[in-house]
Amino acid sequence: MSKPRTIIEKIWDNHVVAERPDAPSLLYIDLHLVHEVTSPQAFDGLRARGLKVRRPDLTIATTDHSTPTTPRGFPILDKIAATQVEKLIQNCKDFGIHCYPLGSDKQGIVHVIGPELGLTQPGMTVVCGDSHTATHGALGALAIGIGTSEVEHVLATQCLLLKRSKTYRVRVDGALKPGVSAKDIILALIARIGIGGATGSIFEYCGSAIRSLSMEERMTVCNMSIEGGARAGLVAPDDTTYQYVAGRQFAPQGARGDQALARWRQLPTDDGATYDKSITIDAASLEPMITFGTNPGMGIPIRGAVPNPTDITDPLERDSLARALVYMDLPPGKPLLGHPVNVVFIGSCTNSRISDLRIAASVLKGRKVSPHVRVLVVPGSQQVKEQAQAEGLDQIFRDAGADWREAGCSMCIAMNGDQLEPGQYSVSTSNRNFEGRQGKGGRTFLASPMTAAASAISGKVSDVRELL
Amino acid sequence: MEKFTPFESRMVMILRDNIDTDQIIPARFLKTISKVGLGDQLFYDWRYDAEGKPKPDFVLNQPESKACQVLLAGDNFGCGSSREHAPWALTQYGFRAVISTSFADIFKGNSLKNSLLPIVVPHDAHVELMQNPDARVKVDLASQTLTLPSGRKVEFPVDSFARHCLLEGIDELGYIQQQESAIAAYEASHPAAIDTRA
Repeated sequence: MSKPRTIIEKIWDNHVVAERPDAPSLLYIDLHLVHEVTSPQAFDGLRARGLKVRRPDLTIATTDHSTPTTPRGFPILDKIAATQVEKLIQNCKDFGIHCYPLGSDKQGIVHVIGPELGLTQPGMTVVCGDSHTATHGALGALAIGIGTSEVEHVLATQCLLLKRSKTYRVRVDGALKPGVSAKDIILALIARIGIGGATGSIFEYCGSAIRSLSMEERMTVCNMSIEGGARAGLVAPDDTTYQYVAGRQFAPQGARGDQALARWRQLPTDDGATYDKSITIDAASLEPMITFGTNPGMGIPIRGAVPNPTDITDPLERDSLARALVYMDLPPGKPLLGHPVNVVFIGSCTNSRISDLRIAASVLKGRKVSPHVRVLVVPGSQQVKEQAQAEGLDQIFRDAGADWREAGCSMCIAMNGDQLEPGQYSVSTSNRNFEGRQGKGGRTFLASPMTAAASAISGKVSDVRELL
Repeated sequence: MEKFTPFESRMVMILRDNIDTDQIIPARFLKTISKVGLGDQLFYDWRYDAEGKPKPDFVLNQPESKACQVLLAGDNFGCGSSREHAPWALTQYGFRAVISTSFADIFKGNSLKNSLLPIVVPHDAHVELMQNPDARVKVDLASQTLTLPSGRKVEFPVDSFARHCLLEGIDELGYIQQQESAIAAYEASHPAAIDTRA
């Protein structure tokens, strides 16, 4: 009998094109997602070398990062962003790549549209010039964020040179309490291991709590794998996965669908397979989480206290925490609960799918957002937007006093017009709270859509469980 | 790609842990479609005030930093976004190496593709370097050694393939293209699961 393998090793082995001594593996890539920000220099590289895109049929493009979320008829006022968006469309035309541009009913955040269109499938290797590519791991794919040089490599050869990573099992067992969500699982994991805790590793999320998550909730968990330093993160496919994929635009149909399903059922980790590292989390012990600092590892339970730098012995670590609290203008040792907020952002590749919007709407329904708070609700794709509108969610958001926008990365990355003013505080469902991430001088508290909606109503960092 | 040669340089120190790529180059500068002109935007929000004037107390604005080719930073340097603009900005400022106790994976890969050497040193060597703010270090990739101001030589790990590419000036895309027959053979035996153009 062959050695038991994890799903990570199985997908890897299935995609090795060549392995030479003293070189990384050459892996074949099944799906390459392209967006406007990390691709123009790669296309220029192809032109300079006189190369074509090897597999335009495995490549898809959309605009999301530098694109405004204002009504689609409006021109892009930022000339530099407009040039970048036009450049992507031109590059796609020149190299024969299908693009869902601004104005398309399929446009959206790359990590939302890949699964939504059925492009992302179990067992695939997926790459994108974006660190949140691990999102696609929710479907049981090995999905890796890459740099622009690698975007060029994959465009030219459909292959990626990659060293094997360590395997890291994240087992989450038990049932989440009301008010606690997938976002809280991942924020709790990162708070526990730190933002470099999984450097050199790929997570496999497993356990009964992960199994009971919907596909979209699994995407939220996998999305933030990079915030723990992991190269990727995935969940082995199961019936939840197969039901999600079935019937989507690019999903295999009929006999091809049956064959695919038979292959996908071989993917889950074998009994007896071992991991390089392991951690176990008890889902029932988790509280709603919120970050207080300037990296996603600086998270606490919503009723917890901000840590005190004087409790830390390592000088650089202590200094990091002290600097973070100065930047955030927060006193050590005090709870965040009740801290005033200026902006609430519900969106991003972490939490902009229909289930995220439904749960935010369920909290906001029949309530008003605080008059002191600007609330942006930004669907992850035009299809999510259409669905939300069909369900009347947009009306719930508007009635509550929130701003209902067009699809894009929006205030997660603040390079598209949506941003914080210096000194402002946000509760944000996005993935990063780095200094200036949501706008120069802006201060971000990362949390779940439920926590964000509750905080929008009170105008303060709030515990959603008081509203349930 | 130019061959990576040994050099000696004074260090610039930014002694913070977890310096993320949003600090190395903020996202609003990623709207460019070019690889060049990013050196002035390196560490922009730490380096310039609200009016865009250089902050005199920030190390990169001090005249003696201009000639420094080595950056000494805290643990887990380059975490966060995959933007290759980070190593582009660092090299365009003039850096050829960054020393830390660890690097984020994507940043490390991006750096090695741009002749920026990520040097991982053990904690004790890191402490010794931090205590010698004006000192010079020697970087020799061929022997994988960093010579500390005390004269002590510290070996650092580098992926053997990346080292070979840097020393010989080999471009990775060229290397992948040489494996065309293996790629074609893989494609012949693995029908595509999707056609994005359908």
